[in-house]
Parts: sequence; C-alpha cells; structure tokens
Amino acid sequence: MAAPKPRVKVPKTASAGEVITIKTLISHNMESGQRKDKDGNPIPRQIINKFTCEFNGQKVFECDLDPAISANPFFEFSAKVNESGTFKFTWVDDDGSVYSSENQIEVK
Amino acid sequence: MKKTVVISALAAALACVGVAGPAWADPVDEQLVIDGETMITRAKAPEGHPFDEVLSGWLFRTVETRALETDSFTNPGMLEVEEGEAIWNKVEGSAGKSCASCHGDAAESMKGIGAHYPKWDAEAKRPINIELQINKCREQNMGAEPYDFDKGGQKQLTAYIKRQALGEPVSIDLSQGDLQSWWEKGKDLYYTRTGQLNLSCASCHEANMGKMIRADHLSQGQINGFPTYRLKNAGLVSVHNRFRGCIRDTRASFPKAFSDELMALEVYVTWRGSGLSVETPAVRQ
Repeated sequence: MAAPKPRVKVPKTASAGEVITIKTLISHNMESGQRKDKDGNPIPRQIINKFTCEFNGQKVFECDLDPAISANPFFEFSAKVNESGTFKFTWVDDDGSVYSSENQIEVK
Repeated sequence: MKKTVVISALAAALACVGVAGPAWADPVDEQLVIDGETMITRAKAPEGHPFDEVLSGWLFRTVETRALETDSFTNPGMLEVEEGEAIWNKVEGSAGKSCASCHGDAAESMKGIGAHYPKWDAEAKRPINIELQINKCREQNMGAEPYDFDKGGQKQLTAYIKRQALGEPVSIDLSQGDLQSWWEKGKDLYYTRTGQLNLSCASCHEANMGKMIRADHLSQGQINGFPTYRLKNAGLVSVHNRFRGCIRDTRASFPKAFSDELMALEVYVTWRGSGLSVETPAVRQ
C-alpha cells in the first residue's frame, strides 16, 4: 500500500456565521482483518480507527471507524464558521501512525 | 361522492404507472458539469451514424452515480488518476527517463490529446491507442518493459493522460493511413452476432438502447469516459477489458486485448461517440 495520503476540501473564504461543507478523503486500504492471504494465513487488521476535525483547537467532528468501512474512507460534513482560523484534520491508523492536514479559512 | 374520490384516486395511480414506465427507461435530460466545466453529453451524430444524436452513458445512470462524477474530489476514479500522475513523473528503464523527461507538464503537453485517439501508426501499419502509444514510448524512448494488458500502471497512466482532455469533444481523423478500412472492419464486427446468445453490439446498444436489460439500463455503449471507474469493480476498467467483458457476456470466446479485432472495434466505437466530451474517468455502475 502506498503511504496514506489525506485530501481535504475546505473553502478558502466564508462569511461570518456561514455553514460550509467540508469534504475529506484519505487513501487507505482499510484491511478488515477478516481476509486471508493465498497461503490461508489471516491478513492482520489495519484500518483508520479514528477521525477528528478541530477548528482553532475546538472539536467540530469526531468519529470512530470500524472494520466494515470500505477503502479510502470519505467524510462530508458541515460546520459553521464565525471567525478566521485553521481546521485541523487527523486520521489515526491501527499501527499508531497519525496522518493530518491543516487548512486555513478566512472569514470576511 | 365517495365513489368519485376512489375513481379519481385510481386514475391518478394509473397515470403514475403510465408516466413511471417510459420515464424510468429514458436517458435523463440533464447537464453534466465537472468542477464547473460543462461537458457535452448530447451531440449531433456524424454523417452515416445510425442515431441522430449520440448520448453519453452518464445520462443513463442513477442520480447517485451521476453525482459522483460531477466533482473530481468525490470521483473515486481520481485516486487512480493521481497514481497515473506519479507514474508520469517516475523514471524507469535503461534510458533513465520518465514520461515527464520528454513531455514535461502533462497539463500542457497532453491537453486535449486523448480525444483524438486511436490514430494511425505508420510504422506498425495498424491503429494505435493510448495504451499502445505508452508501450511504444516505454520501449523505444525509455528502454523500459512495455506494460502487459491492464497491468503495471497501464490503466492509471492512460486515465491520467486522457484526463488532460477532459471536456474535449471526441473526434478521430479517419483519413490517416488505412484507418478507414479498420473503421469498416470495426463496423462489421459491431453488427456481427456472436456467442450462444447470438448478440451483436448493436443488438443491445443500438436496437435496444434506452431499454432495461434485466436491472441494467442500456446505454449507447459510448467509450468517451474510458478508462472508466466502475462501482462494480471498485476500480478503473479499460476499454478493451470492457469489450472483452461484453463479448464474454454473449457467451462467445473473446479476442485478446489490442488484437486486430478489438483495435478495429475501438476505432469504430470511438467514431460512434464523435462529439461527446472526454469524461475520463467516468463513473458508471
């Protein structure tokens, strides 16, 4: 598997109090742990187990992921922005790796 | 009074059934806009075409499938297009070159290119498509092994190159070399019934276009969006794979990818979609 790569789509600007749509996607195999390789040995589970989104340090969205979620998990959600700041997205892998992305938004 | 109500309710129910039948099978009348750019999904057919209007397969898909294609962020095929971009920049072979070493930025050098293949290959004296062009480049210029069919990064790199032609109307120049005679051969194949089910391409995609074949809505079978992301495969599907799959479904033995038969068919089927925008990677069922 190529290294998981997070992708995020957040508008660059918004008006105060606007509800914006955020889309996120991370390329990841989401190996469920239920499959076997061709010799019959179980393939160990390796999935993204947690996703969070923070805005200026305040939690906006968080969820746990389970093995039935398909590869390349995609999340779309909305958030209300009152001030300029930074969205921070993190994905936590079963192997302990944390992938993150930061996106600025300017409120006009 | 009560009776009238029942009768009118029944009439309304019947009217619904009447409307729902044909409406369900017709292609939708909608505009495909990808990242703000309008695609041509209905085009006037070229002269000698059996239809008056050529229609993109996008018009035949469900509302959810159609929506996936309108934003390159939600289009699952774009992940593989990104892989294609990485291959474009990767040095391979004895000459120490990547695609980018000669062609630079694909956004410029490959802009619109994918809409005008297959072309005539004067050296090989047969049509050449993007997959074969990549292989030719790999062998002659990079000193690298050509890709086996659908292997290595063939689909991804092809999709990346064709993506640079997004929106460009498909048109091929049949006056190149012997391309016209390959077109004729492709046309013969298109109308030849094969397999235990005795079906030709035209049986489904021409005679019954717009109707349901069990749960599937038959389109015109255009290839303007290939390599296409198929939800069924959860990955890109190349045009020769699709041809082989279709022929297999008629329960016939099917020709090899890039064989003379399938190259001729690609020339002819590409021409049948003349005027439609390249949608690579299209999203289909």
